Amino acid sequence: MSEAAAPALRIRDLHKSFGRLEVLRGIDLDVAEHEVICLIGASGSGKSTLLRCIDLLEPVNGGSIVVHGTEVTAPGVDANRVRRGIGIVFQAFNLFPHMSVIDNVTLAPRKVLGTPRRQALGEALELLERFGLADKRDEFPDRLSGGQQQRVAIVRALATRPRLMLLDEVTSALDPELVAEVLGVIRELAAGGMTMLIATHEMGFARDIADRVCFLDAGVLLEQGPPEQIFSAPRERRTQQFLQRIIDAGRL
Amino acid sequence: MTDAPSSAGDRRSRILGGGGGAGRNVAVALVSTAVVFTALGLLVVNSSGWEEVRQKFLNGEEFRTWFPDVLSAFWLDVKIFCVAEVVILAFALGIAVLRSLPGPVFFPIRALAIVYTDIFRGVPTILVVYILGFGVPGLQLSGVSTDPVIWGTVALVLVYSAYVAEVYRAGIESVHPSQEAAARSLGLSRWQALRFVILPQAVRRVVPPLLNDFIGLQKDTALVALIGPVEAFRQADIGANADFNYTPYFCAAVLFVAVTVPLARFTDWLIARDRRRQQGGRAA
Repeated sequence: MSEAAAPALRIRDLHKSFGRLEVLRGIDLDVAEHEVICLIGASGSGKSTLLRCIDLLEPVNGGSIVVHGTEVTAPGVDANRVRRGIGIVFQAFNLFPHMSVIDNVTLAPRKVLGTPRRQALGEALELLERFGLADKRDEFPDRLSGGQQQRVAIVRALATRPRLMLLDEVTSALDPELVAEVLGVIRELAAGGMTMLIATHEMGFARDIADRVCFLDAGVLLEQGPPEQIFSAPRERRTQQFLQRIIDAGRL
Repeated sequence: MTDAPSSAGDRRSRILGGGGGAGRNVAVALVSTAVVFTALGLLVVNSSGWEEVRQKFLNGEEFRTWFPDVLSAFWLDVKIFCVAEVVILAFALGIAVLRSLPGPVFFPIRALAIVYTDIFRGVPTILVVYILGFGVPGLQLSGVSTDPVIWGTVALVLVYSAYVAEVYRAGIESVHPSQEAAARSLGLSRWQALRFVILPQAVRRVVPPLLNDFIGLQKDTALVALIGPVEAFRQADIGANADFNYTPYFCAAVLFVAVTVPLARFTDWLIARDRRRQQGGRAA
């Protein structure tokens, strides 16, 4: 594990339970600036919960999360301020259905950052342009394809200029032919140096894009390493089993 | 964009069993309506007591005599429900928001909101009108109005806000939690998420039941008559007693229907427009 001077993210002994169910059982993870990490693991292994905890969408039960040098799990931290610096994209897009694309994207810059309307509009258009969505600016989410909706959701998350992006199985709700356009966007973000934590079931994509792959199993970060090692020579028996199931399902 | 070739309207009519095209459906609807209503009309008109009932309830001369009076009295109803509706929209929203506050700290506020809605939905409207209309002026507090119109309106506001608050709350709870998560993840505060993301969706969804309550309110303005003011129902009452004829009530009924029906159609139009905007051609 690379121990950079000021990691983008540092997680220590993170615990999270829902009632009596312990979903995260002591996670330690460091993410360096500009690093792309893929989280893999079976459904229910804690990938989504981990991402939601980092964005403070779930209260944690123990341990600490430090984002860009600030301990966000400390008491009295302004959660709204923390979330501004982190972008999260959800499996189900979660666009605001009563707002046009451009309003979805400019809401946070205008209301949270206080960016003047005209400037927010300009910046949003620039982002939409960059991801091939400029002609959709006045459409409502329900009129877009799943792939377009997810790209808008990514643009919306980028609009507050986060330094860390969390992607929670962003292609799982998409028809297969729409997956590529969303993965393309993520690749572009990676190429631009965005620090990202990506929970995914797309193993081929993970192998391509990740600097490091982390395997979560029952709330424990069981194994991590460069994609070549994890995918071709996993050390842990659970990792081997998981990957074997993926191969059997024809998904690697 | 891949638009389905058929509109939702077509699909719905097919599901409901209408064969053929839209034109034929309209024709069938017209004919069946005409048949049903002609039959009902003939039944009533040919009944043995019809002539007497017509004289007592639908007397043309009585109608012409009393309609202007009832109409001018009806303005009071219009004023009462217009003011009440505006106040209710804001007040009930406040109650609903208070009741949706999460966390143990806000328990007393939630409890107050619950007690309020329980009481004012539970007590018959007429009692609230009596209590406020006779009780508050009876206290003889200086500086407090004794106008029964005002206290009658306050009573209606209190009762209907309890209903409307519940309607709002249902709307708020119908918005999926993932919408709030998305809003909060962008850095919006709880209040901003409510204001910009949750309430706009909630209110759109509850417009039809909200209108339903407002129609009820418009009719219940007649209850204010019971503490004194001469509004449409009271004026009709006066007319009916003067001439021993019920036609003035019919005047009042016509007026109440004349305001509720356009309001209902306007709401339908509003909902349809909203749906068109959000979903494009698909559900037009």
